[in-house]
Amino acid sequence: MSGHDSKYFSTTKKGEIPELKEELNSQYKDKRKDAVKKVIAAMTVGKDVSSLFTDVVNCMQTENLELKKLVYLYLINYAKSQPDLAILAVNTFVKDSQDPNPLIRALAVRTMGCIRVDKITEYLCDPLQRCLKDDDPYVRKTAAICVAKLYDINAELVEDRGFLESLKDLISDNNPMVVANAVAALAEIQENSNRPIFEITSHTLSKLLTALNECTEWGQVFILDALSRYKAADAREAENIVERVTPRLQHANCAVVLSAVKMILQQMELITSTDVVRNLCKKMAPPLVTLLSAEPEIQYVALRNINLIVQRRPTILAHEIKVFFCKYNDPIYVKMEKLEIMIKLASDRNIDQVLLEFKEYATEVDVDFVRKAVRAIGRCAIKLERAAERCISVLLELIKIKVNYVVQEAIIVIKDIFRRYPNTYESIIATLCESLDTLDEPEAKASMIWIIGEYAERIDNADELLESFLESFPEEPAQVQLQLLTATVKLFLKKPTEGPQQMIQVVLNNATVETDNPDLRDRAYIYWRLLSTDPEAAKDVVLAEKPVISDDSNQLEPTLLDELLANIATLSSVYHKPPEAFITRVKTTTQRTEDEEYAEGSETGYSESHVADGAASPPTSSDNVPYAAARQPGPAATPTQPAPAAPVPDLLGDLIGLDNAIVPVDQPSTPAGPPLPVLLPASTGQGLQISAHLTRRDGQIFYSLLFENNSQIPLDGFMIQFNKNTFGLAAAGPLQVPQLQPGSSATTLLPMVVFQNLSQGPPSSLLQVAVKNNQQPVWYFNDKISLHVFFTEEGRMERASFLETWRSLPDSNEVSRDFPNAVISSVEATLDQLAASNMFFIARRKHANQDVFYFSAKLPKGTPFLIELTTVVGNPGVKSAIKTPNPEMAPLFFESIEALLRV
Amino acid sequence: MPVAASAIYFLNLRGDVLINRLYRDDVGGNMVDAFRTHIMQTKELGTCPVRQIGGCSFFYMRISNVYIVIVVSSNANVACAFKFVVEAVALFKSYFGGAFDEDAIRNNFVLIYELLDEIMDFGYPQNLSPEILKLYITQEGVRSPFSSKPTDKPVPNATLQVTGAVGWRREGLVYKKNEVFLDIVESVNLLMSSKGSVLRCDVTGKILMKCFLSGMPDLKLGLNDKIGLEKESQIKSRPTKSGKTIELDDVTFHQCVNLTRFNSEKTVSFVPPDGEFELMKYRITEGVNLPFRVLPTIKELGRTRMEVNVKVKSVFGAKMFALGVVIKIPVPKQTAKTSFQVTSGRAKYNAAIDCLVWKIRKFPGQTEPTMSADVELISTMAEKKSWTRPPIQMEFQVPMFTASGLRVRFLKVWEKSGYNTVEWVRYITKAGSYEIRC
Repeated sequence: MSGHDSKYFSTTKKGEIPELKEELNSQYKDKRKDAVKKVIAAMTVGKDVSSLFTDVVNCMQTENLELKKLVYLYLINYAKSQPDLAILAVNTFVKDSQDPNPLIRALAVRTMGCIRVDKITEYLCDPLQRCLKDDDPYVRKTAAICVAKLYDINAELVEDRGFLESLKDLISDNNPMVVANAVAALAEIQENSNRPIFEITSHTLSKLLTALNECTEWGQVFILDALSRYKAADAREAENIVERVTPRLQHANCAVVLSAVKMILQQMELITSTDVVRNLCKKMAPPLVTLLSAEPEIQYVALRNINLIVQRRPTILAHEIKVFFCKYNDPIYVKMEKLEIMIKLASDRNIDQVLLEFKEYATEVDVDFVRKAVRAIGRCAIKLERAAERCISVLLELIKIKVNYVVQEAIIVIKDIFRRYPNTYESIIATLCESLDTLDEPEAKASMIWIIGEYAERIDNADELLESFLESFPEEPAQVQLQLLTATVKLFLKKPTEGPQQMIQVVLNNATVETDNPDLRDRAYIYWRLLSTDPEAAKDVVLAEKPVISDDSNQLEPTLLDELLANIATLSSVYHKPPEAFITRVKTTTQRTEDEEYAEGSETGYSESHVADGAASPPTSSDNVPYAAARQPGPAATPTQPAPAAPVPDLLGDLIGLDNAIVPVDQPSTPAGPPLPVLLPASTGQGLQISAHLTRRDGQIFYSLLFENNSQIPLDGFMIQFNKNTFGLAAAGPLQVPQLQPGSSATTLLPMVVFQNLSQGPPSSLLQVAVKNNQQPVWYFNDKISLHVFFTEEGRMERASFLETWRSLPDSNEVSRDFPNAVISSVEATLDQLAASNMFFIARRKHANQDVFYFSAKLPKGTPFLIELTTVVGNPGVKSAIKTPNPEMAPLFFESIEALLRV
Repeated sequence: MPVAASAIYFLNLRGDVLINRLYRDDVGGNMVDAFRTHIMQTKELGTCPVRQIGGCSFFYMRISNVYIVIVVSSNANVACAFKFVVEAVALFKSYFGGAFDEDAIRNNFVLIYELLDEIMDFGYPQNLSPEILKLYITQEGVRSPFSSKPTDKPVPNATLQVTGAVGWRREGLVYKKNEVFLDIVESVNLLMSSKGSVLRCDVTGKILMKCFLSGMPDLKLGLNDKIGLEKESQIKSRPTKSGKTIELDDVTFHQCVNLTRFNSEKTVSFVPPDGEFELMKYRITEGVNLPFRVLPTIKELGRTRMEVNVKVKSVFGAKMFALGVVIKIPVPKQTAKTSFQVTSGRAKYNAAIDCLVWKIRKFPGQTEPTMSADVELISTMAEKKSWTRPPIQMEFQVPMFTASGLRVRFLKVWEKSGYNTVEWVRYITKAGSYEIRC
């Protein structure tokens, strides 16, 4: 038997809110309790029940713990939207924090810490101080975490009130759970602060290691994670630590095991004795393998981490390759990771077994997995010289199955094998040639053509083979055309007979006159000139010896690997990226009090934070808080500054009463950067000057606006409207600008939506804006839409899909333009800059002295943009070509890329 | 940072929010929309359980018809997060009395909110032991396992127990009859090549315990594992008795087991939680006794016929028998007609999973029944790709048999009142992923 709460979800009539209000004020306890449950149910399904705030809070004073918890839950969700009313709850909170029942004391402190309203925070300090010293460990462990909460809201307050010291005292608490929570809180505070707050000495270390035994499983994770930052003084200390941590490897909780592994690996770096290291590796292997019998999601995390671990310590799992064999029913993400690790662990000793597995996988159903398996065979061949021959024979067997994508994938890897071991395995070319006509993917075709060209002298009918491709030359994708061109030239140089001579005429003609692909044309002209002036020189160039390629299966840089290993079990280790690469959060700066200049700085930031705070309090439910992590550096974002009460914006929010608009609570402040372009000069706007610019942040488009009031009167009641435009840009919410006193200014970020009011006709970058306020006439001004703000974060394409898309689009969809004045002086800076605008780098290719870069980008409704930039790095002149299903967007694109390259 | 979550969502398969709880302010309340549009409604679903969208990362798991989604914006501890979800679901199940699905969540949403508030604070997992939480989080309408005992009274020292060193057992338990039930449950994982060679074979076992013991008992468990026995003979300076010893590749223990003591003395000693729990898990790869051998021969006769012959040998003792044996032999999608001959059990064609399913309810040891089937296929025109044969899969349970040979040698119970206990031990071996390629 279980509960019957589902009845609370059944909606009654339209007058639900008044009805609930009545029930909440009922004189009967049970009825009130049921009403609160209904309110929570409504809140869960996303209804706005904030208007019942007072009535719900009135139910707070109750002996019934269940009811109290429900009211608290409501408060956590809605206090922020009703900061003025939240004060009603303060008395009960404070009273509860002194209740004889420790559960209630803890509940009060826990909940208060979750309510990010200044008025509540003010009152939190005294109860928190008491609770940190409470007799009951349950209260103390809750208070410890609460300090971390408070630090997140107001770091300065925590330091002023001496909470950090109390927290440090709790590390010596006699209760293990209190210790664990205190460690977690301190570690988090340290992470967000620039000052040394929680330094682990060898004394704390030893105390905490002792506490490990008594802690709950989670407490062990907190402690191990915090201690993994500790740097042992010497090998002996490191050995000592490791000895005390190793028993954790036997824990049933995977998080404990991984945190222990992290700590052991860190200390192992210091240990010099090879015996000890070998022994530790032996001890770590079984627990790591055991993680693979957990839930698939946990297996995935474990596999991503094992991938890192075997890069640093290949011996750990050298004998365990069998456990990475894929089970037929493993989810695809587990299979892919297992495959990756199998390649890493493959050695001369186990390669036969591994190859049998790969061969088996190559006949499975999932196409991506099959391709990866085929590619894995090739990577093993390149990695293990002595096994290369066996790998090739497996590939040949697979080719014989004649499954189209297997054959193509095999040919791609065989090309790499030929590059790695020149003049060794050419005997198989004949077999490859048999499957020539089944090739339909560009990369496979290009690879095959490369092979024919490279070994033209050994293939009797090389000219016939190439000729068969030549017929379709104009229709082939660029990649194939380029290979065809080079291969034909190679053929001609190796066999300067009549047949090839005719072929070369056809190819050169096609590649120069008939094409508008600049790469192809340039390459063809170079060959042409070479051949006509000095065939010997052409031989030296075209048939030059190629550098040997190597195995790429241990890809990560050692420094990156170090950083990732220090982050085992965390997201960073799963993404294989350092934390900075995906965390936008900035450190809380707490030096404000110590730094006078900074205080001044925050003074100037006043108006900004004023605006941001105003925008943070519309009467919407907390459901409308997108991407709050988008805090940007800058004085206004410093949460240490208690934002002044701003009744004006609150009222504004109330009046407009937007319900489903997307308004970020932590509105990113305007970043320090180039000033916004002035669109409405003060001379036109009777003293009001408006500068604005579209920007994209964290996947959302914002209209960044700066209002400056140079007139003699205060201005208020600002509203904004956009005319129909190509992208249907419209405001997602009302404009949040406070009253502007003469001489003051305000910035705001207006969230935007697209596809709202679309205009007809050809695409145009024109954005017509109207702004009005209560004092002046309506102002109209024009802005220019830069296309790149629409490029979505999902625009990254895989190379293969990029090529496929490129090929699938007709050539008429390709448009190019030259920017004679643009310069790419630093490749990295440009790539970063374009990536910041969601143009994702795909590949780079050298072409003569020019560099060709490929990028992909996507518009919201999935329209891809395939971008090619050709330039000589450091010299003026960039040529940009794009291919897209919507070529009419091209002018807009060029406008935007030109602007980006100019910066 | 060991933070595991900034927010947690429970969604049904349509993406409706069943429960949500925000623990931190760094993610927005509408992040779930991003999850819906970028993961649930795309082909991404199920391709990777950890995904980044915008500034936030999503970890998700599907459990019955519910998606549990965790959102973070910091470098959170993913292992911790997933483990937390697994444990939380176990906790909810123990409260609901079994099922965890959309209905159970809707019916218990108040309770779940209450539990979510208790088991995680500011993204840090707290105590998730059902035994302890049930002391002070009870709901009407939810059957408490202690319903026979008075639970209405708030337990005065609940808070001490939540945070105590023995955070998984409450004090003052009294049973008339003190009993311990031990279940040794082993899953055999096998991957055999079509030629009959064992590619991978291991046993993952767990020892499940059900304790009905009074007071605060200290338990000590002895198994016939090599290291434990060696250590014991060292201490007692007495040679090990002959008999089969087995080598455990790895062992993991419930948090009640003293790991430091296990590491130094190799003894499994613990104060058990009340009721049912998983004491330990182990893994063995050496010397596994496979209970079954499967010998398939599959002949494709032209494009429209197949002949399938499967012989299954039971290689455990003749007096024992296996239960619920199911052998699934994959056939191509275009199977039209099948006819069977079996020497034992029943066989039929299941089109939903494209398999011939042969079931034998009771399968005695040392026997070798066979099944032969004629499969007719619809000839299809452009059948470009030859049929890739998925492996034969097998399910079974063999009571009183352990594939690893693990035996419990003793279970000692000490309690200061010195009562006698009755101990019950059962063994069972099940099929894990038992695959035979063909």
